Amino acid sequence: MSTRSGPRFEVVVKSDCPTCEAVVPVLARMQAADLDVVVHYQDDSAFLAGIGQLQDDRNLERSFHLGVDTVPTVVRREGTSETGRAVGWVRAEWESLTGLDDLGPDLGPWRPGCGSNSAAPGMAEILRARFSDTGLRSRTVEVAEPQDPVEVAFDRGWSDGLPVVPPTPERILRMLAGTSRDPQEVVGLMPPDLVPCTVEKVAINAVLAGCKPEYMPVVLAALEAALEPNFTLHGLTCSTCFSSPVIVVNGPIAGRIGMNWGLNALGQGNRANATIGRAVNLVVRNVGGGRPGEIDRSTLGSPGKFTFCFAEDETDPDWEPLATWRGIPPGRNAVTLFQGDGVLGVMDQGSRTPDALVRSLASALITVCHPKICEWGNAILVISPEHYGIFKQAGWDRRRITAALHDACTRPGAEVVRGAGGVGEGVPESRRNELVPKFHPEGLLLVRAGGQAGLYSAVLAGWPGGRAKDDSYPITREIIP
Amino acid sequence: MTSPTWVLHDPTSELDPLVRPRLRPPPSLEGRRVALLDIGKIRSDEFLDTVEEELAARGVDTLRVAKPTNAKPAPDEVIDRVVGEADVAVVALAD
Repeated sequence: MSTRSGPRFEVVVKSDCPTCEAVVPVLARMQAADLDVVVHYQDDSAFLAGIGQLQDDRNLERSFHLGVDTVPTVVRREGTSETGRAVGWVRAEWESLTGLDDLGPDLGPWRPGCGSNSAAPGMAEILRARFSDTGLRSRTVEVAEPQDPVEVAFDRGWSDGLPVVPPTPERILRMLAGTSRDPQEVVGLMPPDLVPCTVEKVAINAVLAGCKPEYMPVVLAALEAALEPNFTLHGLTCSTCFSSPVIVVNGPIAGRIGMNWGLNALGQGNRANATIGRAVNLVVRNVGGGRPGEIDRSTLGSPGKFTFCFAEDETDPDWEPLATWRGIPPGRNAVTLFQGDGVLGVMDQGSRTPDALVRSLASALITVCHPKICEWGNAILVISPEHYGIFKQAGWDRRRITAALHDACTRPGAEVVRGAGGVGEGVPESRRNELVPKFHPEGLLLVRAGGQAGLYSAVLAGWPGGRAKDDSYPITREIIP
Repeated sequence: MTSPTWVLHDPTSELDPLVRPRLRPPPSLEGRRVALLDIGKIRSDEFLDTVEEELAARGVDTLRVAKPTNAKPAPDEVIDRVVGEADVAVVALAD
């Protein structure tokens, strides 16, 4: 503690900065003038030979508390208050701050400073976690070597079976920077335990999943869509069936965060696709308590219960995106949450007309849930570019393809009643003389995705909860930053 | 080394579930009322109709209660009726 009565000058420098080296004679002059000058060095002090009152700030604590983003920075303090600051070398400012004339006569009037080590990418959150209150409210778990934090996460049941990224305060703070929402805002009551789920808990699980901060708005929108009562997330999680949330992303954000709608869109290899879906499922597991073998009673499960998220190909201006079809204004970002199973590939390399292709795709769509079960499960049909090309060439748009598929999936009741064809499953006998649609009118969603080569499409079968069509259906929601 | 090298934040709800023992089944249904809860699955009614007939033949009083849909959890009023008006419940869970 200084016993001098005048102001104290705190100067932050680093050796890897030509301007810091250049101001060393100025610092010497200030100290020779009997000013109270403390010099905090961020790396090596060798270049400060002859300077007094050196303080080691290699841990950057003082730089953090002074809010330094450029070196050199000189801060004048009187008592506990800051009364002036100069950043880089600006002779007039240094002279005004110190009250000394002719400072640094060889330096010229101005030289830019360099980036402070405390402002290096990712450092802000590290320093905040180390030297201030993070504001995080979730309880902490301390892990000491030789324990491995990844193994600790497994041991505590935080994982879906794959390794997770350890949720350190720094990573959580970075994740929270991806949203403008307050960390303590409650997103909703997460089933099945109906626990209030905060933005902070979502961020922690997004860290576990491997998300980047810019994915947070998509993760939050997906969770909010999943929490709409008529998405029936509780039933979906606890069901004996196969399904889990399938997330389709529309809008410019898909490209901005690097999502995949092209080659292998439904598969592995893209960080955004993989981790957004994983984060949603981890929130259901960790916050909601939806763990397999406990209240998740799925008989066989599905790989989609790890993650199932992809973007729609919106590169063809003739194609109406899924979210637009479902009421979101064009050009906005949106997620559509669908209660779905895995992928049934449909390979048709022989149909060359839209009518033939519709009949072909319908033959696969009628297998959803079971070939003789009707108006129970919804479906997504993912149409690849080559199959879409057949429709586009004939001038068919989303509405026409959808209507034609509904027609092609409608069958005489006599073919699908219980017992017909020697199969016990089917619709009630009372429908024998009806024409029975396969899907409810809004139960068939088309999405464009896939690589340029391959006359394939894919059926994503829906959860039978869709039979209560007014109580359980897909949800589309705009993504709010 | 004793000092922690990592600090992690808990991703869970941080709930501490209260584990309660299940109630023992009553030794007899005599003088007790049995709720027959239909959760909304198809053919639940067929199953419960049969159970109701069997219980009626034994002189056991029954209460029919139904969830509006199997797709969502039971509303509070359904749970309250079962808890408040019956001693035992039979739940028709499957299709």
